[in-house]
Amino acid sequence: MTLARKNGEAHPIGLTIRGATKVYPGTVALKDVDFDIRMGAVNVLVGENGAGKSTLMKVIAGVETLTSGEININGRPVTFRTKDDAVTNGIGIVFQELDLFPDMSVSENVFMAREPLRFGIDIDQALVEERTRELMQRLEQDIDPDTTLGHLRIGQQQVVEIAKALAQDAKILILDEPTSALSAAEVEVLFRIIDELKAQGVGIVYISHRLEELIRVGDYITVLRDGEITGSRSMEGVDIPWIVQAMIGGKSKDFSQFIAHEFGKEVFRAEDIALPKMGGGFMVDHVSLTVRAGEILGLYGLMGAGRSEFLECIMAQHPEAKGRFFVDDAELREKHVSGRIARGIALVPEDRKRDGLVQIMSVRENITLSSLSQFTTVFHLNLRKEVARAAEFIKRMTVKVASPGNPISSLSGGNQQKVVIGKALMTGPKVLLMDEPSRGIDVGAKAEIYHKMRDLAAEGIGIIFVTSDLEEVLALSDRIIVMADGRISGEFGKNAKAADVIAAATPANARSRNKDLVS
Amino acid sequence: MSLMSESAMATPRSNTNWLLLLLKARTFVALLLVLAFFSVMAPNFLSTANAILVSKHVAINAFLAIGMTFVIITGGIDLSVGSVVGLTSMVAGWLVLNGIDVGLGWSIQFNTFEIAALVCLAGIFVGWINGILITRFNVAPFIATLGMLYVARGAALLFSGGRTFPNLNGNPEYGSHTFPLIGTGNFLGLPVMIWMLIAVALGASYIASRTPLGRQIYATGGNERGAALSGVRVNRVKMFVYMFAGLMAAIVGLIIASQLRAAHPATGEFFELNAIAAAVLGGTSMSGGRGRIVGTIIGAFVIGILSDGLVMMGVSSFWQMVVKGLVIIAAVVIDQAQSRLQARVALAQEVALSK
Repeated sequence: MTLARKNGEAHPIGLTIRGATKVYPGTVALKDVDFDIRMGAVNVLVGENGAGKSTLMKVIAGVETLTSGEININGRPVTFRTKDDAVTNGIGIVFQELDLFPDMSVSENVFMAREPLRFGIDIDQALVEERTRELMQRLEQDIDPDTTLGHLRIGQQQVVEIAKALAQDAKILILDEPTSALSAAEVEVLFRIIDELKAQGVGIVYISHRLEELIRVGDYITVLRDGEITGSRSMEGVDIPWIVQAMIGGKSKDFSQFIAHEFGKEVFRAEDIALPKMGGGFMVDHVSLTVRAGEILGLYGLMGAGRSEFLECIMAQHPEAKGRFFVDDAELREKHVSGRIARGIALVPEDRKRDGLVQIMSVRENITLSSLSQFTTVFHLNLRKEVARAAEFIKRMTVKVASPGNPISSLSGGNQQKVVIGKALMTGPKVLLMDEPSRGIDVGAKAEIYHKMRDLAAEGIGIIFVTSDLEEVLALSDRIIVMADGRISGEFGKNAKAADVIAAATPANARSRNKDLVS
Repeated sequence: MSLMSESAMATPRSNTNWLLLLLKARTFVALLLVLAFFSVMAPNFLSTANAILVSKHVAINAFLAIGMTFVIITGGIDLSVGSVVGLTSMVAGWLVLNGIDVGLGWSIQFNTFEIAALVCLAGIFVGWINGILITRFNVAPFIATLGMLYVARGAALLFSGGRTFPNLNGNPEYGSHTFPLIGTGNFLGLPVMIWMLIAVALGASYIASRTPLGRQIYATGGNERGAALSGVRVNRVKMFVYMFAGLMAAIVGLIIASQLRAAHPATGEFFELNAIAAAVLGGTSMSGGRGRIVGTIIGAFVIGILSDGLVMMGVSSFWQMVVKGLVIIAAVVIDQAQSRLQARVALAQEVALSK
């Protein structure tokens, strides 16, 4: 606290949030959060998925409004109703997924929807290009304003996004996982830009999962856990164990107890799976692993480590992938999802909305979609059988729904996820693949899903689940495999140490870059 | 207290339910309205003879609209059906007049059933090409079928150099003399083509609601990625709907050639637009995933009765077009209101449950 005050003189507080609470239907995303943004410094924000980081940033960027609490800029209370309100108050945000227009030029992107006009109608192209050039000079980037954005490397596109924020006179710049898609050299460029912006007095909020990186770049650190602040201090003296402790804390979420049972024989084996990446390298770099019946295998890693892609390879989504899969020692040669499902593999995809559900269909139609052949004689669909089976699984998964005929979109996230899992289970899988099974659902539903996973394992299903939640992978897995850069970078037993798992998950380039910082 | 609030809640909800029911049945309500309107305004409208006449007009569009409904439910569109009608009627005309020339002064002649089967195969083949373009070559359905619209029409014109095949009366020697009966014959007091429509409509409804294929058609349109990851063979489903649309177009081509006893290469121009209109009027969503065969058929009847009724009232064809356009637009506006209301009702149910 004393440290913070001492530095506080050097770094004036530009924005404060006091008592911020944000309630979504069924879940509290932020609980009485206090947060300061110091100008001319990097304010690091860290926490696990679902801890409330992005909600907090959305509040600051005017995308969401607080249920209660206040925001002050330079001591003056403000309310942001729209993103524009936040922009006028000098707040710029660079989201993890860049929202740029790949077919337009760099300068058009930078001034999108805010083009300087002559006589109110004609875009002043010369001015647009000149100011873009100035911004690029300020960022010390040699990017021609005329270049089509899609032709730039991803790191350069990010620079354009930063320039876009700066063009709106951003005094506070929020960077949400800016390095997740960057190469080591590009990260260096980004850090140089951050240093320059700091020197110019810009307050930077930096969100990342890469802890070494945070220690290197940050001046102040704030840790969020389940919507609450669990640590907030100057970066001096902060090390990885401290961050991990603050992120995970002493109290554990409601993970269900291990049900003691013996593992069966091997049900699934992947041999030397390689998925080439566009522009060289591998998304999945020669991965081999096995799962036994009744075993829960946790696949941990950062975004872009190739975990989801690996699951997609198992589900025949990448015909260009090399390598072989075996279920019960028989090779999977089926080229289609339906064939793989028939062989006893089922996937619970990461993105429920995009991949898991057909939003305009009913709960019943969604839950039976993968298993229609069970109710079909020749070509006739036995609706009565279908209704009965759907009801059975709705009950088994404890989905709360008024009527199975209601559209799936009317359910809460947790119940939707249960339907997705129910759909996978109805196919009678031997191996269940779950990609971030607890993403975006409330704590109660999470606990139910953990419990369900345990039960399924006890029934003898082999489970591979992908997660970015450290606590989850540690508590739920019988065995942990860590991936980084598409490769398996570590394998741990049931009682793995959190710090070891995190260290293994750090990509090789970041590791060598921060060699001196890792204790 | 709780009793009071409950009864206070119940009234608005039952009101919304009534409104929802009315909105859901809107195409049917529209059908009753146009029927009532023309029974009063147009003399002789309610005669049996007129009913059969109108049904025959409607049937042409209804066949195409049924095929179109499946295509639109998968999230696609088939602009080529009108041209395929023209092409297949030319194929029918050619087969009736000339048979297939195998050279050496020989030709194969066909009876009516064989002609019908070959014409249907021709339609299915065009649909197959559409499907291949869309699934294998990833051409957007709008573009692929727009291209096919021109190709099929051009092919129809090339068949005869732009001329009509006249006098398709068939030849008793070959067993093709029954060809004109397809479009003009009667069976048990109803025209043969109406029986065909009933059969096709029942078949299509069955496919839509009682077969895995039907379910997969809806799933493909609702969320193609999600459906594929759930094990739906999305490409096969798409192949089926375009081939089915081609078959429907072939049936229409056959009927028209038979009715007129002549095949003209310009047959079927703009039919695709009428088919789309009927499907949309019947509640099919252009973004895919939603639509019903019954709705489409009612939609086809609304459009058909509207245009025939206006003719009988002596309204100019210019005004007919305006009215038709307005009805279609109104249908979609109401459709949007319905989906919003429906979502609200379902959400209210879930909220009530979680309390």
